[in-house]
Amino acid sequence: MENKAVTLDRLLPGEDAVVTELCPTSFAPRLAELGFIEGARVRCVHRSPGGGISAYLVCGATVALRREDASSVKALRWPK
Amino acid sequence: MIEREIRVGLVGNPNVGKSTLFNSLTGMRQHTGNWPGKTVAVATGEHLRGDTKFVLTDLPGCYSLEPRSAEEEVTRDFIMSDEGEVFGAVLDSTILERSLILALQVISLCPRTVVVLNLADEGRRRGIAVDRDMLEDLLGVPVVCTSARDGTGVEEFLSAIESVRERDGERGTLMTPEAAALRARDIAGRCVTVTARDPRRTEQILDGIFLGKYTALPVLLLFLCGIMWLTVTGANYPSRVLEGVLTDLGEVLRGSLTSIGTPASVASCLVDGIYLVTARVVSVMLPPMAVFFPLFTLLEDFGYLPRVAFILDGAFRCGGGCGKQSLTMCMSLGCNAVGVTGCRIIDSPRERRIAVLTSGLVPCNGKFPGIICLISVFFAGSAGASALCLGLVILISVGMTLAVSRLLSSTICRGERSAYSLELPPYRIPRIGQVIVRSVLDRTLFVLGRAVSVAAPAGLVIWCLGNIPSGDGTLFSEMARLLDPAGRFLGMDGVILLAFLLGFPANEIVLPLMLMGYTCAGVMGDVSGTAEMGAVLTAAGWSPMTALSVIAFSLFHFPCSTTILTVRREWGLRNALLAALIPTLCGVALCLVLKLVGTLI
Repeated sequence: MENKAVTLDRLLPGEDAVVTELCPTSFAPRLAELGFIEGARVRCVHRSPGGGISAYLVCGATVALRREDASSVKALRWPK
Repeated sequence: MIEREIRVGLVGNPNVGKSTLFNSLTGMRQHTGNWPGKTVAVATGEHLRGDTKFVLTDLPGCYSLEPRSAEEEVTRDFIMSDEGEVFGAVLDSTILERSLILALQVISLCPRTVVVLNLADEGRRRGIAVDRDMLEDLLGVPVVCTSARDGTGVEEFLSAIESVRERDGERGTLMTPEAAALRARDIAGRCVTVTARDPRRTEQILDGIFLGKYTALPVLLLFLCGIMWLTVTGANYPSRVLEGVLTDLGEVLRGSLTSIGTPASVASCLVDGIYLVTARVVSVMLPPMAVFFPLFTLLEDFGYLPRVAFILDGAFRCGGGCGKQSLTMCMSLGCNAVGVTGCRIIDSPRERRIAVLTSGLVPCNGKFPGIICLISVFFAGSAGASALCLGLVILISVGMTLAVSRLLSSTICRGERSAYSLELPPYRIPRIGQVIVRSVLDRTLFVLGRAVSVAAPAGLVIWCLGNIPSGDGTLFSEMARLLDPAGRFLGMDGVILLAFLLGFPANEIVLPLMLMGYTCAGVMGDVSGTAEMGAVLTAAGWSPMTALSVIAFSLFHFPCSTTILTVRREWGLRNALLAALIPTLCGVALCLVLKLVGTLI
């Protein structure tokens, strides 16, 4: 699998990605404090049945984001 | 002899064990108060060591010093002001990188900081080792390892505070979150060694069950039913014992009042009115609270509650709120007033207001005994069947909450859906002793104190109504007659409606008040046993349909005065009135629907 540009909401449980860019929304500073910064490794660990909310492992902590908010984080999918 | 005082502020992300450290330092020498002008609870406490008095402040858990919520604003203001001389930045060893982001910001602003590496033993157990010396070198401030659970490292922490206090306290400029996150990654990369193959194995296994596609909801329902069952059955016996003891005490009180020559009517007013109503509220209210809140806090401590918010986020998204609303609803099951204060965990003001306004739609512990009684008298004899009915009642209230939230978010709480993040902390073994002490002190006594302060005057009013003659009967029966048309309109009667109105200070007394009205007693008597109660109610003309309407109305009517006062204090009069009006309208509507269905059948 090649490194493909995605947004975080597209990740499925078990998939890894590296953050490339945060869209400049009002939520961006909060995401940065949680560790979603350029170059950060993120793994999707859970996804609700409807896909409305997913949990990500970032900086060693598990943080859940809603689909709309996760879509503001651009990333490169990282093959295992 | 106290020679000096050092003021220390404890800062850290939520769930890093900051409060545990605070509690182990201050013990019972602490108090929680609201930050001036804000509804954010800040606990302060003292610790004496030799000739030094440490005054500690447990600041609200936050993710950054750029204020985006009331909690963060309080923390930032505290750090900017001269309130704290030294700061303790608490880190969670198991998620060092993330907790360093805030710590680096604190250090950049205030170099008189001691970094506390908490849960170090927990980290070792999971196979995560942190090089303390290296961390100290890289951060340039003292780093102490603590395990707040068993109190190790507390002495070192205090000594480190004394030593950094001598340092130059020149304030720096605040590091941006991005810069802090970059630096945190660098530091964590150098200080952390992971020896276990997978340090997150526990989380993976447990989350597989708790968040699993097919298991999440059944497990959640199981937990909910389990807690409700334990609360209801576990509180039954202590409630009866407490009531017996308090009633006996009342007789002693009456005896001593009579012996000093108090007129019988005054003694009856004091004992049957003020004392017995208060005793009744305490004995019905205290045991369920003392069971429910510790159980709830245990789940909180274990780390399960944020998972509930995760599972239910979808449902609450449909209601226009956020998943955290499910947690405030759970707290409302214990007590609506606690649910209202609990809404502080919701960051965005719009979603928070929705949660506050709908908190009264969840039946609290005070409403349960009455509802259960009516279910077992009119519908289900066995314990299992009435538990099932009770589950149904809770589901109806959840459905109503979602529907009303939806309505609010498209009318008076319109606005942008706000972004939010929800942390799913590592699972931890709950500290049972501490949980019980803290939940009894913080939640149960808080609620009890306020309930007693309204129950006593209510007792006086009820006694007067039941004993002052008017027309053919008493003021009580006169008022019930006046309210009768309104009650009939809703499928109930005047006595029921009057009982709900007089039960405003405490929902626990609604059913006893009805019985008092039907038996024409001047005091709240003790009609005991379901058979006897059934006989009294049937004699008063109750049909199963009446009972259903009463259950519906007790589920949805104005919350108790304590809840309304809490909403008023935090959200102003307008919202307090709305919080009373919304559930009442729901109840009226439901009763009318029931009546309509009843006439059709």
